[in-house]
Amino acid sequence: MTAVSRRDFLKSSALSGASLVIAFHVPRRAEALLLASAPKHPLPAPNAFLRIAADNSVTVQLAHSEMGQGIWTTLPMLLAEELECDWASIRVETAPAAPAYFHTGFGMQMTGGSSTTWSEFDRYRTVGAMAREMLLRAAADRWKVDVKHLRVEKGFVVNGQERLSFGALAEAAQALTPPTAVTLKPPSQWTLIGKPVRRLDTPEKVTGRAQFGSDVHFPGLRTAVVARAPVFGAKVKSFDATKARAVPGVETVVQVPSGVAVVASNFWAARLGRDALDVQWDLGPGQDVDTVQLLESFRALATKPGAVALKKGDCDAALTKSKQRLVAEYDVPYLAHAAMEPLNCTVRLEKDRCDIFVGTQFQTGDQTTAAKLTGLPPDKVNIHTTFLGGGFGRRANPTSDFVSEAVSVAKASGVPVKVQWTREDDTQGGYYRPMFLHRVEVGVDAKGFPSAWKHTVVGQSLLAGTPFEAMVKNGIDESSVEGVTDSPYLQALGAKLVTLHSPRNPVPVLWWRSVGNTHTAFAMESMLDELAHAARVDPLAYRVQLLKGQPRHLAVLQLAAEKAGWGKAPPPGTARGLALHASFGSIVAQVAEVSVDEEKHIHVRRVVCAVDCGLAVNPLSLEAQIQSSISFGLGPTLHSALSIKQGRVQESNFADYVVLRLDEMPKVEVHVVPSKAKMGGIGEPATAPINAAVANAVFALTGQRLRSLPLKLV
Amino acid sequence: MKLVVNDKEVDVSAQADMPLLWVLRDLLGLTGTKYGCGIAQCGSCTVHLDGQPVRSCVTPIASVGARKVTTIEGLSADGTHPVQRAWTEVDVVQCGYCQSGQIMAAAALLAKTANPTDADIDEALAGNICRCGTYQRIREAVHRAAALRASR
Ligand code: FES
Ligand code: FES
Repeated sequence: MTAVSRRDFLKSSALSGASLVIAFHVPRRAEALLLASAPKHPLPAPNAFLRIAADNSVTVQLAHSEMGQGIWTTLPMLLAEELECDWASIRVETAPAAPAYFHTGFGMQMTGGSSTTWSEFDRYRTVGAMAREMLLRAAADRWKVDVKHLRVEKGFVVNGQERLSFGALAEAAQALTPPTAVTLKPPSQWTLIGKPVRRLDTPEKVTGRAQFGSDVHFPGLRTAVVARAPVFGAKVKSFDATKARAVPGVETVVQVPSGVAVVASNFWAARLGRDALDVQWDLGPGQDVDTVQLLESFRALATKPGAVALKKGDCDAALTKSKQRLVAEYDVPYLAHAAMEPLNCTVRLEKDRCDIFVGTQFQTGDQTTAAKLTGLPPDKVNIHTTFLGGGFGRRANPTSDFVSEAVSVAKASGVPVKVQWTREDDTQGGYYRPMFLHRVEVGVDAKGFPSAWKHTVVGQSLLAGTPFEAMVKNGIDESSVEGVTDSPYLQALGAKLVTLHSPRNPVPVLWWRSVGNTHTAFAMESMLDELAHAARVDPLAYRVQLLKGQPRHLAVLQLAAEKAGWGKAPPPGTARGLALHASFGSIVAQVAEVSVDEEKHIHVRRVVCAVDCGLAVNPLSLEAQIQSSISFGLGPTLHSALSIKQGRVQESNFADYVVLRLDEMPKVEVHVVPSKAKMGGIGEPATAPINAAVANAVFALTGQRLRSLPLKLV
Repeated sequence: MKLVVNDKEVDVSAQADMPLLWVLRDLLGLTGTKYGCGIAQCGSCTVHLDGQPVRSCVTPIASVGARKVTTIEGLSADGTHPVQRAWTEVDVVQCGYCQSGQIMAAAALLAKTANPTDADIDEALAGNICRCGTYQRIREAVHRAAALRASR
């Protein structure tokens, strides 16, 4: 079903399809109940999370976007666990943009921060339990028996030898007043949660039927390709579209704030039309950006203290007193998200409504932006979320760049339009993981353990200049220092100072899978390894010593080490490296086994990964996310980097922005620590430590300490 | 211009140099074949021409001639090709965007090499990028598909 027809289907099934599809909504009154069941997080009303039809199908509305992480399956698992329906009867739809679907922790509709499963754990189970109670009561009324004689079983209410299907009861159940309290099953009774469950979106995704944003089609839809600024911040001075308009299929050429859009009957025509455009640009200060110079300026800044992010004791005095000092600098480049599906957005703008078909991680932001641009009230802006061909943070932009641009093109051209980015547009379009440099100075005691830790971080703030700027407090954007200020290794240390410089420049930046941890884990875990080697202590033993009093971290670290065979000889020609990092509420340890060939290329053979994320709701999906995170992190460990000269991004496509391929994928082994801790996330945390695990293994193998990503042996 | 796509003859009016990818997607509405790079770097657009895997993003429509085009939509009538079954069993897909191309490349490999080694899989599939990193399960699923084919 296309997004368009799905929308219409929703409408028709809710309004007129009573004979075929009986809508069964959990009503708004449920809000009070939800508040009672989850006192810590006041939850919004669960408006239509669930619909049970006469054919027994159970349709679950997703408040979050499916971008590969598997919530298309995990959220229905939560609901079905309590509802006790037949798992095969589950159908899934993405919810429209509406306050009912706001994130229970963040108060807006969005998918990110590895938060979907923990944030929906109570809400989806509660909705399932409410529906179960109402079905039971409907059956009790029908049979005129006390509800306590009844039980539910795989989509039926059972009364001794008699059974009634959920579908047969749905209409009666819908008419009942929802319960004011429900009891959720104790973990001992779970039949789905904690079990490996295969994905529900596979049938569509192995047959080409799955609808991504770029697949949206309806009569009258045109495709646009936009000529964007060649350097960040440049403005159109003038343009000549004569040749572009002469390309067969090109219908119109319009100027929009981001550049010049060529609107055509299909992508290829639009693309050829754009190639034929002649645009003069006012380049502005963006033309001066040069990443080599920028890194040098970061290096200079790092010798001076920045805004204080963490201060304990007199760090400088402790450094002076220390037995020995180690200083190291680590740097990481700009990175593109390079999701497999290049950015795109489809907009149909009418007098009194705007329909947007898009793979987005941030419905509320996009809706608000589009409302401002069109002058329509937000509830007249309908966001139809398709499958996302990868997100990794790029599709959750506080500035809604790819959505607002498409709205502008639709407005200026007067036709329904899909703005499709080319791979080159996507790579060069900005919103990168920022370049960062860390300068770490550590004083050690007689045994080689830290007595003072002075850490300076330099890099652009993700939040500065966005609608979230207010979250930057006293010059500290937490996302620049997360993983340093809260490091488990430094908890007991009496003298520490973490400061931050957030220089601005015209390159737009954005969160990239695991956010600040992408660079902080590299710096922290590389430095730990350097300290261990300087102290002539085994890197595992060194970390164990520092993690006394951190039992969860310790358990994860030791499990990874044990499973990897730490302390035993690695296979000939390989060496092992270790890293541990906690982020998004989960703790991950990795042991990487690497080899190096004659051309000095690094090969990662095997990665053993242990994780404590609290409850693992779907172990099959957890394993997939860890494999995925490691693959995603290994691209920048070994290859990926963006460089900018005279303001121009030098890389453009997968030929020069190199990502991990199948023949480089290590064997990943995943081990989960059984845990009763608060549930954390799993979409991102395993991306963070892999850089350092590999760098540390390379050091163990070659004696070369590589402090720059991507890792290049000399 | 006449083409045979998924065993059906179709007539398209397009410029000779329009890539097959965009003919399939924009003129024929077969959107299962994906655009990822446009320069034969990622494999998202993989289709079969007379059973051979090709990158449709760099295949001008005029060069197709009488060769039969098979896309993901035509690989099997109902998603039961051994590769599709193996992909389902092994739970390979994540975002899914690359998977049409992965499956078409794997199906072509198995048609030629019934029991591929890991090295064969590397060679046949290293041209297909998956940004979700489903590589480990792809490898497992190709072996599984080989077993499913053998037991047919
Ligand atoms: S789109 Fe054809 S190979 Fe990437
Ligand atoms: S499954 Fe997302 S790119 Fe392969």
